[in-house]
Amino acid sequence: MTQAAIRTDSSEPMITMTGVGKWYGAFQALHNVDITVSRGEKIVLCGPSGSGKSTLIRCINHLEAYQEGEIHVGGMLLGHQAKTIDAVRREVGMVFQQFNLFPHLTVLQNCMLAPVKALGLSKAEAEQRARHLLERVKISEQAEKYPAQLSGGQQQRVAIARALCMRPKVMLFDEPTSALDPEMVKEVLDTMIALADEGMTMICVTHEMGFARQVADRVIFMASGSIVEEAPPAEFFSNPQHERTRKFLGEILGRH
Amino acid sequence: MNYTLDFTPVIDGLPDLLAACFGTFTLAIFGMLLATVIGIGGVVLRQSPLKPVRWAVIGFVEIIRNTPFLVQIFFIYFALPLAGIRLDPTPTAIIALGINGGAYAIEIIRGGVQSIPKGQMEAGLALGLHKAQVFRLIILKPALRAIYPSLTSQFVLLTLSTSIASAISAYELTSVSQRIESDSFRSFEVYFTVTAFYLVISWVMMRIFALFSARYFSYPVK
Amino acid sequence: MGRDEFLFLLIGLKWTVALSIVAFICGGIAGLAVALARTSGIAALERITAAYIAVFQGTPLLMQLFVVYYGLALIGIRMDAWAAVSVGLTLHASAYLGEIWRGSIEAVPRGQTEAAKALALRYISRMKDVVLPQAIRISLPATIGFLVQLIKGTSLASIVGFTELTRAGNIISNQIFQPITVFGIVGVLYFLMCCPLTIYGAHLERKFATSAH
Repeated sequence: MTQAAIRTDSSEPMITMTGVGKWYGAFQALHNVDITVSRGEKIVLCGPSGSGKSTLIRCINHLEAYQEGEIHVGGMLLGHQAKTIDAVRREVGMVFQQFNLFPHLTVLQNCMLAPVKALGLSKAEAEQRARHLLERVKISEQAEKYPAQLSGGQQQRVAIARALCMRPKVMLFDEPTSALDPEMVKEVLDTMIALADEGMTMICVTHEMGFARQVADRVIFMASGSIVEEAPPAEFFSNPQHERTRKFLGEILGRH
Repeated sequence: MNYTLDFTPVIDGLPDLLAACFGTFTLAIFGMLLATVIGIGGVVLRQSPLKPVRWAVIGFVEIIRNTPFLVQIFFIYFALPLAGIRLDPTPTAIIALGINGGAYAIEIIRGGVQSIPKGQMEAGLALGLHKAQVFRLIILKPALRAIYPSLTSQFVLLTLSTSIASAISAYELTSVSQRIESDSFRSFEVYFTVTAFYLVISWVMMRIFALFSARYFSYPVK
Repeated sequence: MGRDEFLFLLIGLKWTVALSIVAFICGGIAGLAVALARTSGIAALERITAAYIAVFQGTPLLMQLFVVYYGLALIGIRMDAWAAVSVGLTLHASAYLGEIWRGSIEAVPRGQTEAAKALALRYISRMKDVVLPQAIRISLPATIGFLVQLIKGTSLASIVGFTELTRAGNIISNQIFQPITVFGIVGVLYFLMCCPLTIYGAHLERKFATSAH
């Protein structure tokens, strides 16, 4: 099988988005978005609801089609042909707000499914990989359980392991802690921090500003489908440039 | 009112009737299998990007659901030979049952597929699986579980409508009971007993469905 | 197929319509009684009606028609096929409608009954003025769905020997040896009766589903 593969030349950026625009019918969800993400970089995307931040990361693995501009992942142009979409999805992991574990499969089977079916790994290889990663997210003793038997925090850690089983070069997190009970947020954030420490390229849509401070190389603030401001966290929190950013930070930090 | 019930012909015919129950089970089980295949295939075609394909499925479903099974079985019985297909009444009846049950199954299973959260499809796609793989590996089983009660009550109806296959002389319980009735003229006794047989048959079917569910859908849900 | 044959089918159609209406109305009246008995709170009554429903839902309509047809003759009631089939379909409809309406009555929130009791309404008024109006609305899509089943079910009267639409089709088909044409037309006639009802039922279901949110 010949397939377009992502190049691993470390000098070029992992993701570049140039002039990306996206419409839902007449409504424009993204306006002329430019972002460059280097290898190993950690980006936190924040903004009020409806600002387009989820839409933006969902464009990177083409869960949403974009109509304008270009997205390159690992040097490869993410067009709209099935072949490049598949190639990109095999190398970009995603973690969802609602976990989206498959209810009819055990934790282990959830992790093995895509490596076997999409990468063509043998079951033994996939299982070895899955058990290793379940151990890394500290949930290996739950491998034979079904999702409904786990807490929200455990489910989300499984979802992270499931995505990692594809050995992705980039991980996208779409509000990974928003659906969790407060006491479970930390275990998921700790898992994400550990992943960041290992050098994974990460884009996280989250309102966990403590996480942003600790992990992010850059924080990007979006509103109404556009990037309003981006800066390293220290600068972003201490000296926001725009009025909308200040207002947003006031609300989000005031709440915590 | 000087009629005395006489079950002797029924008792004499018991071996034939019991054997015919297997005929009924055969029709029902193969009919259900065919209906399931048509149901799943129809749901896939119903999502086709091609409008004519989608409309063909909708048309098929509505034609079958809005005409009597008896008329359908006559139509198929006479149409198959014209299409060059010569079959005995029993396989013909299975085809008719499968087509009829399949139309209902399409609508029921489609409801199940629609009940699966969009995130399941997205998670599968994000993992690099193709749409067809996502449907087969991720969507189908939870979708079937969601509509299993409606699907199985439809299949009980299918089991009961095997009796209509007697109209084309397929081998099953009703046609055998009609033969015993016309030999003995003990109409009420024969049909009363056979009605009780059917009650047992539909009870057995429901037990089978429950056992299957306990095995196949054993995973816990919240 | 000529004009005379088609007219013969239309006469059959008339009997199919008549049979459907009689069975639906009589079955509806009996079905309401079944539903009320099934939700009466009186254990014996509930158990008897539950068994009644289970028997009719667990046996083929064709057998029900046979048993009624020959059973009535047995107890000395001489009836022509029309009357016997009407009785059979009425009983069949009463069980199915009874079960549909039981579900609808139980779907009306308990608080409605309790509020009516607190207002000192007696059983009849509680049902007639409070519970049933809501239950009927809930049951409408399923009731119409069953009406379609019933219209299709009348075709089985042909096997008992009553000349409605399907049997008229059989007779014509045997005369002119064009079964595909004849049963095609018969199918179209059934479709024209059932499809508007199906569409209406689906429309109501959508309407109720959206207004429920």
